[in-house]
Amino acid sequence: MNQHVMLNRRAFVIGTAAAGAGLALGFNLPFGGAVARAADGSPEVNAWVVIRPDDTVVIRIARSEMGQGSLTGLAQLVAEELECDWSKVTTEYPTPGQSAARGRPWGDFSTGGSRGIRGSHDYVRKGGATARLMLIQAAANEWKVPASECSAASSVITHLPTGRTTTYGKVAEAAAKLSPPSDVKLKDAKEWKIAGKGLKRLDTADKTTGAMVYGIDFKLPGMLNAAIKDCPVFGGKVKSFDEAKITNMKGVKKVVKVGDSAVAVVADTWWHAKTALDALPIVWDEGPNAQTSSETISKWLAEGLEPSQAAFVGNQNGNAMAEIGRAAKVVEAVYNYPYQNQATMEPMNATALHTGDKLDVWCGTQNGEAAFATAVQASGLSADKCDVHKLILGGGFGRRGQSDYVRQAVLIAKEMQGTPIKLLWSREEDMQHGFYHPVTQCRMVGAFDADNNLTALRMRISGQSILARLRPEAMINGMDPATFQGLAPGGEAAIGYSIPNLLIEHSMRNPHVPPGFWRGVNINPNTIYLESFMDELAHAVGQDPLAFRRKLMGGHPKHLAVLNAVAERIGWDKPPPKGVYRGLAQVMGYGSYVAGAAEISVTDGNKIKVHRIVAATDPGYVVNPAQVERQVAGSFVYGLSALFYGGCTVKDGRIEQTNFDTYNSMRISEMPKVETILMPSGGFWGGVGEPTIGVAAPAVLNAYFAATGKRIRSVPLRQQNISFA
Amino acid sequence: MELDQKGTAMANLTINGKKIEIDVEPDTPLLWAIRENIGLTGTKYGCGIAQCGACTVHVDGVAMRSCGVLVSEADGKEITTIEGLAADGKLHKVQQAWIAHDVPQCGYCQTGMIMAVAALLKDNPKPTDQDIDEAITNICRCGTFAQVREAIHTAANA
Repeated sequence: MNQHVMLNRRAFVIGTAAAGAGLALGFNLPFGGAVARAADGSPEVNAWVVIRPDDTVVIRIARSEMGQGSLTGLAQLVAEELECDWSKVTTEYPTPGQSAARGRPWGDFSTGGSRGIRGSHDYVRKGGATARLMLIQAAANEWKVPASECSAASSVITHLPTGRTTTYGKVAEAAAKLSPPSDVKLKDAKEWKIAGKGLKRLDTADKTTGAMVYGIDFKLPGMLNAAIKDCPVFGGKVKSFDEAKITNMKGVKKVVKVGDSAVAVVADTWWHAKTALDALPIVWDEGPNAQTSSETISKWLAEGLEPSQAAFVGNQNGNAMAEIGRAAKVVEAVYNYPYQNQATMEPMNATALHTGDKLDVWCGTQNGEAAFATAVQASGLSADKCDVHKLILGGGFGRRGQSDYVRQAVLIAKEMQGTPIKLLWSREEDMQHGFYHPVTQCRMVGAFDADNNLTALRMRISGQSILARLRPEAMINGMDPATFQGLAPGGEAAIGYSIPNLLIEHSMRNPHVPPGFWRGVNINPNTIYLESFMDELAHAVGQDPLAFRRKLMGGHPKHLAVLNAVAERIGWDKPPPKGVYRGLAQVMGYGSYVAGAAEISVTDGNKIKVHRIVAATDPGYVVNPAQVERQVAGSFVYGLSALFYGGCTVKDGRIEQTNFDTYNSMRISEMPKVETILMPSGGFWGGVGEPTIGVAAPAVLNAYFAATGKRIRSVPLRQQNISFA
Repeated sequence: MELDQKGTAMANLTINGKKIEIDVEPDTPLLWAIRENIGLTGTKYGCGIAQCGACTVHVDGVAMRSCGVLVSEADGKEITTIEGLAADGKLHKVQQAWIAHDVPQCGYCQTGMIMAVAALLKDNPKPTDQDIDEAITNICRCGTFAQVREAIHTAANA
């Protein structure tokens, strides 16, 4: 789709005044009878659908493609309702600037929280259905017959009584002039022919030839390249730098202070810029955080585990404290989870051209509208003079929802007006200036009565809030509700157990290291804590971990269904092969129910071979089963890489890991066989990119306990001398 | 290579069968000469320390991580990048297998992965799973390994 992404924004912006605030998403023509046109002059039937005279169907996709496949899945949903020829479908990204100018016809651009499909399936399908009805109406008008006598399939409209046919390409111009129908009925998923099928991705070919243009590959005539160093201690500043030392180095054009914390070198090539930057003497004012370390953070978080410390209550029933006080048996354990870097394969980058009265940015971003807002703010220009052009992402995993690199690129370009500037971070910069998976600790306490029934569970999380830093507007009376992902009393991340007395709390401790959304987000630690401890509780009373869970899951049939599915497939009721041990975990996140079962063997007590994973997902509906399977299997690479190799540590206020030699990632030899069970039960729409990550680590950790009798309560395993076999 | 007083030289690189003379310092990593001086961007920067394999190219037929090869070391050698893997207008069998199995997710590591696999199959036309485990050590953060393995076997049997 690369050849189509560089749209001419002005071609769309016929008149901003016509874009009413109450406009329904993409169904109405905002231009009062004038036909909106794509850059090549083809008519928009509506905001989602452009049809070229040769019958090519261009489907607009607002969400970003970062590998998760929602570009293809969303196109399938539009095409399903449009009844177009799938072989003629291509896609393009509208720009955030176009969206702003037209009253947001494409809705939310943000691509995170596994929302790509589940957050927009309804309106994109309506976009396709509305366009289909308009195309049929246009054909009926031309034939002077009632539209009810016509039907459409595979981009061909047929007048049923006479058998006359025409194509979408022939009537698109007339269709684009019609008023859209106000009420469209969407198909039942049972009728799907394009959606629900494991169709091939639309973006594969260019990814195998090197033709795909990622942000790092984007070029403009006369472009210069920038390398940047931000203060290695978060919150620090640039004190001074000795520009004269590098101005004579080859290719160097300019040294730019970026904000108050970073310095960039602009050169003809990025290699020259980086070489000069490495030679540039910079004195930092490291600020108040220069003494902070993982040890000081850990100590602070440990204090938050004490009942005397204030905490927000995220889920509560009965009286857990009282019940624990009178229990026949109490089991207690403390867990912890470290910082993690998303480590996208493509380091952060953005290209900006600031001409003095106009700004354009080209970049990979998970949040086009936030990148746009950041660019506008940094440019000093008004919004109608700016735009952001999205490119395919070389990985996102939550990192590219932040726009810090966009801001930097714009600030540099603003100092070099008229010259396009491509800012690229080194891997070292990327590792040290992330928005990290937040650090937490957790004290788990379980209580049994004399008959070994679990009567109470208390869970005290202490640590960092993402929302407090990145989305304070989403906090509720000072509490970060996202902290309780997978543990909530209801909603899209509900706990799957009914326990008579339950208390789940968060004592917030926010160190200076910036927290961020990291694929799976808080279900990563929370599922380790809860599902490992469920295992501990079962073993404490000599019960089978599956049977123990099942007793508590009667009121949670969908949670139970995925757990039962993996147990059955892995053969839980039969002994595993000799030397192989099993573990289970389940969680609900992002509106989906997931479970995982692992089979591992352990050599010398510390070398783990993960032989087999069974993973079940109930996301309600499955739009592209082939891509969902890839998201589920990929979740084990991301989740187990974090478990075995991950963990970012803090020393002298900065992150110690700087590259893949110290922050490693799984290779093909370590990849287990993953068997995926998709069991969509309908009636709700859940996400699939993230929930499975939650079960990856605890399924393996529970199997490790089965193999060794040793309970691991700390991540990563590398710090405990445990590795892949 | 002849150096001028600034340490710059005209390097003679043979890239994808074409002789190209570029003005670049001899200690420039081949990766950046390919991406910036020659302008072929299918070879990706991932780590710069030969850990991830995103920058894999063939140097005299051998898969190498181009971030760790200096221009001076590549001088006079035959270099193949992802853009030069297809021949006679036909995609290489590894690329075809990649498309058949819909391997890439974000795709950023895949050009390097494909180059590593193409070199493996040249030396070992029918690799076992164990051969694959030993030879293919590229990082993929999306986690496409199952599809990568299937596609390697498909390409080997093509």
